[in-house]
Amino acid sequence: MSPRKSSFARGLLWVAAALALSLGVDRLAVQWINPYFYRILVLCGLNVMLALSLNLVNGITGQFSIGHAGFMAVGAYASAAFTVYAVPQLFGVGPDASGLVIVGPLLLALLVGGLTSAAAGFLVGLPSMRLRGDYLAIVTLGFGEIIRVVILNIDAVGGARGFAGIPRRTDLAWVIAGALTTWVVLRNVLRSYHGRAFLAIREDEIAAEALGVPTTRYKVTAFVIAAFFAGVAGALFAHYTYLHTNSFTFMKSIEVIVMVVLGGMGSLLGSVLGATVLTALPEALRFASSERLIIYSLLLIVLMIARPQGILGKTEGKRGK
Amino acid sequence: MSGPLLELKRVTRAFGGLRAVADLDFILDPGLLAGLIGPNGAGKTTVFNLITGVYAPTSGEIRFEGKRVDGRATSSIARAGIARTFQNPRIFAGLTCLDNVRIACHTHAGAGLLDSILATGRSAKEEADILARSEGLLHSFALDGYRDTLAGGLPYGEQRRLEIARALAAEPRLLLLDEPAAGLNPHETQALMRLIHDVRDRYKLTVLLIEHDMKVVMGICERITVLDYGVCIAEGVPAAIRSNPKVIEAYLGDAV
Repeated sequence: MSPRKSSFARGLLWVAAALALSLGVDRLAVQWINPYFYRILVLCGLNVMLALSLNLVNGITGQFSIGHAGFMAVGAYASAAFTVYAVPQLFGVGPDASGLVIVGPLLLALLVGGLTSAAAGFLVGLPSMRLRGDYLAIVTLGFGEIIRVVILNIDAVGGARGFAGIPRRTDLAWVIAGALTTWVVLRNVLRSYHGRAFLAIREDEIAAEALGVPTTRYKVTAFVIAAFFAGVAGALFAHYTYLHTNSFTFMKSIEVIVMVVLGGMGSLLGSVLGATVLTALPEALRFASSERLIIYSLLLIVLMIARPQGILGKTEGKRGK
Repeated sequence: MSGPLLELKRVTRAFGGLRAVADLDFILDPGLLAGLIGPNGAGKTTVFNLITGVYAPTSGEIRFEGKRVDGRATSSIARAGIARTFQNPRIFAGLTCLDNVRIACHTHAGAGLLDSILATGRSAKEEADILARSEGLLHSFALDGYRDTLAGGLPYGEQRRLEIARALAAEPRLLLLDEPAAGLNPHETQALMRLIHDVRDRYKLTVLLIEHDMKVVMGICERITVLDYGVCIAEGVPAAIRSNPKVIEAYLGDAV
């Protein structure tokens, strides 16, 4: 068998395994755990997608974006509008449909969400790539807020009332599949020369450029990929629960950054861990309802003192004298 | 190819009122190991920055293998075949030595982003090539032992070697070395100069180096260009430079 064919066959096998895993876990979860825990698992998966994708920009490429919730919002609303306004006409699949007929339309809606968000990522990335550090942070922050306020004022997507009438089509299986896809894509990119180009930009932009890495193009690429997956996460979110711009405030962006930093900048597994811990922790602390936020903050402070590089972040090598 | 490898024609770079490089004409023939010297502030590093596109010339033109390169992005000039090292090594401190070298293989990698995402056979084959080539380079620079060490943890001399190995991974035809011996002891300097000489022969490169240590420059370079206040004051073989009164004046000051 040619290596090309065998790698293709192996790919198919992996896809099948991932699908089986997603569906299997979903079935088990429906059977064995109550809806409250099921919901936490779904939010966990979405946060994993957000943290992984933001890690590409903040941890791996070394830029500082604090507008990730904005990309999530773009994906959520674009896909929701697609499902509500276009899907019934295109596929004749109404909001009450269920079973296998929703697979195609939902997949397409996720793609619409991801691509719209990626386009937004490109637009934001282009001018802001001339900026560094604090300035870039301000631009992305501004973008996130502008997006939220603009959506708030579009009546066709519900405006301040929230977007009603979106069929609930996301389940845990979709979310697991989404998180797995994000993970595999980022891991494969990181193992290639493209991934090392992102790292080179983080380490030393001037040296990277002098070695032939077109740094501007790679920075925009990082933004586009990150925005795509944030958009898909947003699209999954839109088809799962009540959609309102309040879910995409500045605090959501900060939450994702904390997940990335806590897990370890640049570490994929760290992002998964950070997202899981920070989704579960507030829920686990519900017993102490009034002291909850205090305990949560204290835990974060202690962790940052004990492991400033994050749970799985690598200790930087001793810098040359 | 006939004709010069690198040609600077009346190149000027001004920073405000200061002309760091003024109307510089400079020609570098292929295969040479040439030196660029001059007192502090003579504009040597500025010349490197102009050649590699870090600065665009205020006026004048720069040709590499006959093609204009001034005004192009640094990365595009690197891809055209000019690699450099820096006065203070700019290694990727947080990455392993292997990754430092692998990054420079970027110039000749062709698999698209989609190939990488899907981990296709094409991408896998290319990555295997890059790995083999990088390990080969680490080996020829006696850095195999540091393959998986974070580059920031290397001793200074090894960092300088790593930076040269990394520059070679970009497969340049012209290698610019900015004070490769700075901060090295005389013994290390000797070894490094032998290495540079070998590298030039083995990879059939043209090398242009900036150096302060006159003994080093005189010992290794075949042609020397002397800059002072951004102007070329002398050019020729080492013996001629050594006895050139203008050069002596620039370095030691006016005879009274």
